[in-house]
Amino acid sequence: MKKFAQLLELLALTPSRNRKLEAMMQYFASTPDPDRGYALAILTGALTFKNVKPAVLREVVTAEVDPHLFALSYDYVGDLGETIALIWPHHGAQQDLPSLTELIELFNTTSKSELSKLIASLLTRAAINERWALVKLATGALRIGVNARLAKTALAEMSGKELQQLEEIWHGLDMPYAELFAWLDGTAPRPDVDHASRFHPLMLSNPIDEAKDLAVLDPAEFSAEWKWDGIRVQLILGRGRASLFSRTGDDIATAFPDLVDNVFGEGVLDGELLVGRAFEAAPFNDLQQRLNRKVATPRLLDEFPAFVRVYDMLFDGSDDIRTLPWSERRRRLEAWFARHPQTRMDVSEILPFADWEQLAELRRRGAAEHGHEGVMLKLRSSPYVPGRPKGLWFKWKRDPNVVDAILMYAQRGHGKRSSFYSDYTFGVWAGNEIVPIGKAYFGFTDEELKHLDRWVRNNTVQAFGPVREVKKELVFEVAFDSAQRSSRHKSGVALRFPRISRIRWDKPAAEAATLADMQIFVEAT
Amino acid sequence: MIGTMEPFLTRDLRIAPNGLYIDPPQPQARAIITHGHADHARSGHGAVLATPDTIAIMQTRYGADAAGRWEPLPYGERRDVDGVTISLHPAGHILGSAQVLLEHRGQRIVVTGDYKRLEDRTAQPFELVRCDLLVTEATFGLPVFQHPRPADEIARLLRSIAAFPERAHVIGCYALGKAQRVISLLRQSGYDAPIYLHGAMIRLCQLYAERGIALGELRPSLDVPKAELAGQVVIAPPSAIKDRWSRRLPDPVLAVASGWMSVKQRARQSGVELPLVISDHADWNELRDTITGTGAATVWVTHGREDALVYWSQQQGLAAEPLRIEAYEDSELEGE
Repeated sequence: MKKFAQLLELLALTPSRNRKLEAMMQYFASTPDPDRGYALAILTGALTFKNVKPAVLREVVTAEVDPHLFALSYDYVGDLGETIALIWPHHGAQQDLPSLTELIELFNTTSKSELSKLIASLLTRAAINERWALVKLATGALRIGVNARLAKTALAEMSGKELQQLEEIWHGLDMPYAELFAWLDGTAPRPDVDHASRFHPLMLSNPIDEAKDLAVLDPAEFSAEWKWDGIRVQLILGRGRASLFSRTGDDIATAFPDLVDNVFGEGVLDGELLVGRAFEAAPFNDLQQRLNRKVATPRLLDEFPAFVRVYDMLFDGSDDIRTLPWSERRRRLEAWFARHPQTRMDVSEILPFADWEQLAELRRRGAAEHGHEGVMLKLRSSPYVPGRPKGLWFKWKRDPNVVDAILMYAQRGHGKRSSFYSDYTFGVWAGNEIVPIGKAYFGFTDEELKHLDRWVRNNTVQAFGPVREVKKELVFEVAFDSAQRSSRHKSGVALRFPRISRIRWDKPAAEAATLADMQIFVEAT
Repeated sequence: MIGTMEPFLTRDLRIAPNGLYIDPPQPQARAIITHGHADHARSGHGAVLATPDTIAIMQTRYGADAAGRWEPLPYGERRDVDGVTISLHPAGHILGSAQVLLEHRGQRIVVTGDYKRLEDRTAQPFELVRCDLLVTEATFGLPVFQHPRPADEIARLLRSIAAFPERAHVIGCYALGKAQRVISLLRQSGYDAPIYLHGAMIRLCQLYAERGIALGELRPSLDVPKAELAGQVVIAPPSAIKDRWSRRLPDPVLAVASGWMSVKQRARQSGVELPLVISDHADWNELRDTITGTGAATVWVTHGREDALVYWSQQQGLAAEPLRIEAYEDSELEGE
């Protein structure tokens, strides 16, 4: 447990992704089974306990600490787990805690009535950093800046295996992952998993380079569809309730009962999760309402019904068709839909076009008239290749909208940029006032960043902790994908994917955009 | 006994019979200064009564004319000022830091200033003084503050230095007290390489060395080529470690030595990679032990998180109340 506590601490405190990776690689390489397997389960969020819950820990602590003092402390610390770890008043002769495996075994097998006593004795035995790790483990809220993908990346880098290969089987594995580690260590073949019922890594697209790609690609070899503005999902249909996975393989079915209870047939489908009535896709903001919660309320289900716009098929029934060309998969998909009529799924339409000019015109009109994000291009002969293979699928996004906005506040960045003011809030004119419309990081060269950093320091009006308010004099050209009405922002407008495309050193702030200018963008979507 | 008698100290720490103030935020005719940190020791008083070390610190920081008259009072010596007997007793906070004992008509009042009770070779060790009224600080007056052993924290630092030999370790410390204590702790742990100093640290380290505190070889970090600082320890003010100054260091590990560092989520939010929980203030247990140990029936709590300590004292049957003295600073990283 000591070693795992040290790992958690390092992961929590180092801002560098590479250093987090190194730390995990070192841990996995030097820790025996099954400890490392349980550690992996904890880092990927796969481990939960039936009886060990935050409420139990709270009870254990408030039995030992005056509740008023506990409340004052929790108020100050702001994190329940940390408060418990720091406030625990008993410090026995420090002994090593049980190993990770033994601990998990204890948590799983100790009866509810004995659990408080067990936790209290563990807290007393532990040194402070282990107590912290113990509480994190028991409450399940790590908050250390590591997600499942990063943990798996560490495994792939440690073993020299392709992350893709690991992702393909991940959802069929169970902790403590002995078979997985044996494969990674090179002592066993890759574990075999039941393919039809597990999440399969998705095929992703590359942005098109208009100047380079379009000149060499043959339009006749490609099929085009709208690029839908929802979230990518995989639906697995078969016996029992359908499974719904996000693009990272998280099971999100419980948040979308209206969808998963109303889809029929057998197969693995790839598509876009959207909300709306009669297959009329509502703006992303509406989908956001449903994504933000684990369980949907009846009101949300009614107001924002979910559906999936399907564009590919990985398994037809139980047949793995991923190696077939796109055109054949598409034919099977359409036939499948004809066999299984649906109310919560439809098929993404194919856009007819003869040459790139025609498609460019479609793309422009789709954006202007329907707010479409762009078009997708798929090579007709391409198999379904997980990951982001080159040359098979392209996204051709609409031209970004741009607006000239005024820099209002600057904040220091993170990690290697922590000494630079590299995070900016900008606004537009509303009468004589400037109201914020968005926030973006800096995406340019170090030279420009230094220049801008200097400007911020020399033009600060007020500082609030890490944030500086600056003179309203510098204009940014801000590019964004779309604008939406928002009641959360003072300006009433929220930008999607804002980024600073240019610094307009030359432009006076008086010539920046107004809120009225922004309305055009809002209405277009 | 207080309770039957009104204390001769007012709630803004003015000694009623003789008009002296303790650590006054505004210039006064005559002041007693507990220690040299800026929020306690200000320049411009008519006369300053303090330990010789504190006077030397004030003169180094503010100049010899920072007070109209200097009145050194060594620990343990008693001085009568208009019927009040004043004596200073080690507080263990930094070099020269003192608690003030006031005796008048059989009533004993102790003003602790800032203090700690853990061992510190750069400060004279805390002495427990019995009294009727105790005015105690409460910087870490919450039960979540239970400071670990400094040697364990230094061991974590040494482990990190060994793990990242290609990086510099820059430790954010207050220039007065914490910097010298961290250096001294490193030396006690056997670390004997030169330690590099940000410019703001140099004068006070020299002063400590002149007054007999062994700090080993110290070098200014200014103009040292970046590559030479790999694997080295650099001591700097907390405000410098995340500012432009730190860009001259090779891929620095940002460390901060402070009692506040016990809350990891806070350390993380403020970008501190290696939080070292090394405090020059009493933690919750030391605060409680001190209140009990002095035998005081009345406790005034100031300078920090008063509420919890007042509540606890009242639970013990003591008369306790918070003093809200605004001038004391309480910023997370910068407060001394």
